[in-house]
Amino acid sequence: MRWSAVAPSNCCAIWSRAEPSRVSTSLASSPNGGPSGIPAGGLHIQFHEVEKRYGMRLALRGVTLSIAAGECVALVGHNGSGKTTLLKVAAQLTRPSRGKIAFQAGENSLSLEEVKSRVGMVGHHTLVYEELTAEENLIFFAKLFGLEDPAEKARQALQPVGLSGRATDLVRTFSRGMRQRLSIARALLASPGLLLLDEAGTGLDPEGQQWLGATIKRLRDSGCTILMSTHGRNETQGAVTRAIRLDGGKITHDSGAGGNPREILVMAAVRESGEEGAQ
Amino acid sequence: MTLVRATGVILSKELRTEFRSRELLVTTAVFVLIVVVLFSFTFNPTSSESRRFGPGLLWLAFLFAGSLMLQSSFLREQTNDTLAALRLAPIDPFSILAGKMAANFLFLLLVEVILLPVFAVLYNVAILPVLTPLLLVLTLGTIGLAATGTVFSAVAAQARLRELLLPLLLLPVLAPVLIASTEATIGILRDPPELSLVWLTFLACFDVVFLTAAWMVGEYLLEE
Repeated sequence: MRWSAVAPSNCCAIWSRAEPSRVSTSLASSPNGGPSGIPAGGLHIQFHEVEKRYGMRLALRGVTLSIAAGECVALVGHNGSGKTTLLKVAAQLTRPSRGKIAFQAGENSLSLEEVKSRVGMVGHHTLVYEELTAEENLIFFAKLFGLEDPAEKARQALQPVGLSGRATDLVRTFSRGMRQRLSIARALLASPGLLLLDEAGTGLDPEGQQWLGATIKRLRDSGCTILMSTHGRNETQGAVTRAIRLDGGKITHDSGAGGNPREILVMAAVRESGEEGAQ
Repeated sequence: MTLVRATGVILSKELRTEFRSRELLVTTAVFVLIVVVLFSFTFNPTSSESRRFGPGLLWLAFLFAGSLMLQSSFLREQTNDTLAALRLAPIDPFSILAGKMAANFLFLLLVEVILLPVFAVLYNVAILPVLTPLLLVLTLGTIGLAATGTVFSAVAAQARLRELLLPLLLLPVLAPVLIASTEATIGILRDPPELSLVWLTFLACFDVVFLTAAWMVGEYLLEE
């Protein structure tokens, strides 16, 4: 049960339970450039019979799913339906108990380290250090991602999220919304090819929600693959090209790659407002 | 990114956050000073007794310092789930452990260096003539303490009753380090001083074995 970068059939890095030891392979070819020679653009991600078990509880039950590069997929479902687990598995933060995930960037073979360098995630928590300033946080993560000129990258990342004026302030002095904006800046720092958003709009004011929606649209249009969990109606849903409903760790509805996601999103919003009304 | 570079980046972050607040260093240093002072009140040792029992008390104090200091090594990563942010980075997972081990080693060594003169005064032991071999033993013993403690801190941070679990896991595993470091220190403080190569080799072997084991299983230790 280890990292693997084996390419059994063609060209992908695989995160699965039963693969051999940690291997680091270089790119066979890297025609388009990008960080460490990886082509720019989105990653294609495939889940095959992915199951995740926490003790006796099954959080994901045989999820099979293929998300093409450049798709913006919304995951909807009740609390505990498996949305966060699916995102964590995609981010390689948690290992599937069964099944496998494959990543592809164009026709190129990627090692899992290279996949990691192309994944950005905004989680339930802000994933930033409160004892560091906003700028220090971003410089630290830019260094870990091996980016050139981390200080300049941090400065550039703080500008669009409106935190340039607070760059040298400690994060512990920030409001929830400001922390969330910094978290989004951290996720976008390395120009990800796969962006994973776990209720990324949490804590943002209407203006921030609007900015996030516009940012997601821009990223989608530039070819970035986006997988996000969402609740109810919000500004981020305008960019969605596909919606998937999870229930009890299984996919129950999928609008498909070329389908209309609105029906599933509206259904989720109606269910949620119904539940809120009942409470 | 190479293992060494990622380790360096994480180490500098650890040093920056700690030296900004100094919470852990100050608390641990004060705690260990209290322990050593209380021991001296209890025993009121003569010079020859100090040479026999002092090293054991000193290393016990270091052990307590370690279990106190190392507790927060991974706990502080839970506040905003920053461990997940580290694991998302394209780095060798061992570099996360190695960066924290290096930081903990430096923090512990600093506390020990603060404590040594106090120990020398209270226990009437001349440490200046044997400072070099003493620092060698301190370094090897502290590497073992920091490496083991950091690994168990990663394990305990994900468990329930984590505050109790770390000392329960750590202290028995560190018994060999305690014995070897104490014996080596007794030899150094003896008249005439004697540096025991057997105990030094034992400490070095413990460090190498534990660091290798941490490198091999580090990836799994950090998983959810």
